[in-house]
Amino acid sequence: MLHNLRQLPRYRALIQTLVVRELKARYRGSVLGYLWSFINPLLLLLIYSFVFTIVIPNRDPLAQPYALFMFCGILPWTWFSASLSEASNSLIANGNLIKKVLFPAEVLPIVSVLANMVHFFLGLPILAAFLIWYQRPIDAVQLLWFPVVVFVQLLFTTGLALILAALTVHFRDIKDILSNLLTLWFFATPIIYTWMMMREYIGYLNLNPFTHLAISYQEILFFDGPFGHWKWLIAIGVMSVALCLAGYWLFDRLRDSYAEVV
Amino acid sequence: MSARTAIELANVTKIYRRYGGRQFATLKSALLNRSIIRDLNPAASFAAVNDLSFAVPAGTTFGVMGRNGSGKSTALKLVAGITKPTTGTVSVQGRISALIELGAGFHPEISGRENVFINGIMLGFTKREIAKRFDAIVEFAEMEDFIDAPVKTYSSGMYMRLGFAVAIHVDPDVLLVDEVLAVGDEGFTHKCLDKFAEFKRRGRTILLVTHSLDLIERFCDEAIWLDAGEKKAEGDPTRVVGTYLASVEQAEEEHLAASDAKAQKAVADAPETAAEDVPAQESAEVEAASESPHDMFQANEGRWGSREVEITGVELCGPDGTPAHVFQSGEPMSIKLRVAAKETVEDYVFGIGLFNVEGVCCYGTNTSLEEYESDRFFGEGEVRFIIAGLDLVPGTYKLDVAAHKKDGYQYDYHRLLYTFRVKSRLHDAGIYRPRHAWSFSGAVAMTKTERAAADEAAEDDNASTE
Repeated sequence: MLHNLRQLPRYRALIQTLVVRELKARYRGSVLGYLWSFINPLLLLLIYSFVFTIVIPNRDPLAQPYALFMFCGILPWTWFSASLSEASNSLIANGNLIKKVLFPAEVLPIVSVLANMVHFFLGLPILAAFLIWYQRPIDAVQLLWFPVVVFVQLLFTTGLALILAALTVHFRDIKDILSNLLTLWFFATPIIYTWMMMREYIGYLNLNPFTHLAISYQEILFFDGPFGHWKWLIAIGVMSVALCLAGYWLFDRLRDSYAEVV
Repeated sequence: MSARTAIELANVTKIYRRYGGRQFATLKSALLNRSIIRDLNPAASFAAVNDLSFAVPAGTTFGVMGRNGSGKSTALKLVAGITKPTTGTVSVQGRISALIELGAGFHPEISGRENVFINGIMLGFTKREIAKRFDAIVEFAEMEDFIDAPVKTYSSGMYMRLGFAVAIHVDPDVLLVDEVLAVGDEGFTHKCLDKFAEFKRRGRTILLVTHSLDLIERFCDEAIWLDAGEKKAEGDPTRVVGTYLASVEQAEEEHLAASDAKAQKAVADAPETAAEDVPAQESAEVEAASESPHDMFQANEGRWGSREVEITGVELCGPDGTPAHVFQSGEPMSIKLRVAAKETVEDYVFGIGLFNVEGVCCYGTNTSLEEYESDRFFGEGEVRFIIAGLDLVPGTYKLDVAAHKKDGYQYDYHRLLYTFRVKSRLHDAGIYRPRHAWSFSGAVAMTKTERAAADEAAEDDNASTE
């Protein structure tokens, strides 16, 4: 495993090329092209704003302006959930690469995660525009934590992506159950509500790693006051490193079976 | 040729599960039991490659032949490192490029140009290295006009050509080729062969998996023949091809014998029919068998007739007099009919008809046409139709045999029930191969190819040893 892990940096060029290919291919043929990376989160925001400010208004005073609050959580969530659904299918979808070419399979789930990260980054200017629009006070020191949160999320997502990709090859059922699990997970995470609203269930909420990522994003970008969640973030970071290693171990252990089962 | 070994397989076995679907019974076993495939019971697994060892010296072209499912491609994948052997070791020296599936990893939505770069990077190149070779790749693939169009708009030939061009320009030390020469038109195939020849000249190693025995004989320095995952023969390509062909012939012989036996059994079980019951059209055919083959298209295989005279057995015999189903073009053949008359008959004719698979009557005759008079017949006997030289082009042929009255009243008609195959080294066209020779004079310079000369020598050898 360590030997293979050491090889990974050599695939940088390959990963980079495949991420670019993924992005290019996604919007090839559409009129708006890359603009979709901006428009998609914007539309998502519009829909959720409509639902939660007009249809079933969320009047939580802590979460106002609501659209902005929600956007801080939804943007990273979209990265997370899209990465996992794509990664779980990545080995099967690229079966011909695995079966017919000598190809480092771990590159595929990693590319799924990174390609969606780029989409996340493309959504950030919209978030920034909203922050300016609502004239939120942003603390520059707090903003330094932002890349840390992104990095922790990257590790966490990659770890899960490797596990899912490896297991989905053998248990195709995962693909179907995953989308439902992700929906459940979304509602179990304080994204469309604040964690303060769920204070009595905080014990359960804390068990959910993404809770801490979401709260971190919200504290840095949305809530007033200092970033107090950093201890949790560090803990999740440590856990994510372990998850990544475990995920890679699992992926590596099942590696020889992919070419046969895919 | 250096003595260095480029590829070495030592006692390699690769076991696959027999059924698809779920690989592991439980998640726990998936995680804990990596050796699960080894522990399977034999019924649920099969060895695609079984205890295979061979070594390819650097700089040689090595051919692998065998029937479908004989483990050729698995062996190639093992060499390429795409799959790992269940037991045994595989070692390869140098950079490998595997032409297993051309254009694997091309993304349909993006242009050929971008795909070339991505494919090159997948094969281990840097962007700069590809840029340097890009023009050569495009030129080789003959894709100058379409390189910027999305790959999904390419024809399958264009797709393959581009994939081939990228893979071949990787400049590998070891090139693995799996049956990919069928990709292009004649011109492109020649170009690929030229490229292989160039590789050979530059001392690179090629492992070639193909069904084209011709290619193996022409290109390879050494060859092996795999059957059911095991090595059957190894060494000089011409010799290995010869052994292989002999076995294919034998397998065909067995196959034809089995299908013949089935036909014979069906015949034995067929009920007797009065000649009048036979549809008019079919009884007309028998009369016309020798002159009007088109009508013969209509009738299916089968047996009919009133059986006063019965054909109880049919055998095709080769030059040594033993029953056979595969014959060399030009060699003698005889058709033996065992016949029996249950009651005394005086008016009877025996006939035969040879048909090719398209249903064209290649030859038809009967004793009456050849002016034999029949006399009293009661009891059993044998009729032989002796062909001095089976001068047919290679192919599969079917046989009609019949016993009938002069007026066409059928005693026993066997329609297309017997099959035999004619083999030949040459692939000439048509139906009939007249005995012939070429002769040249004047300024015409024409000699037999080395290969043909070698074949003829080998044939003479065989003849003298027999």
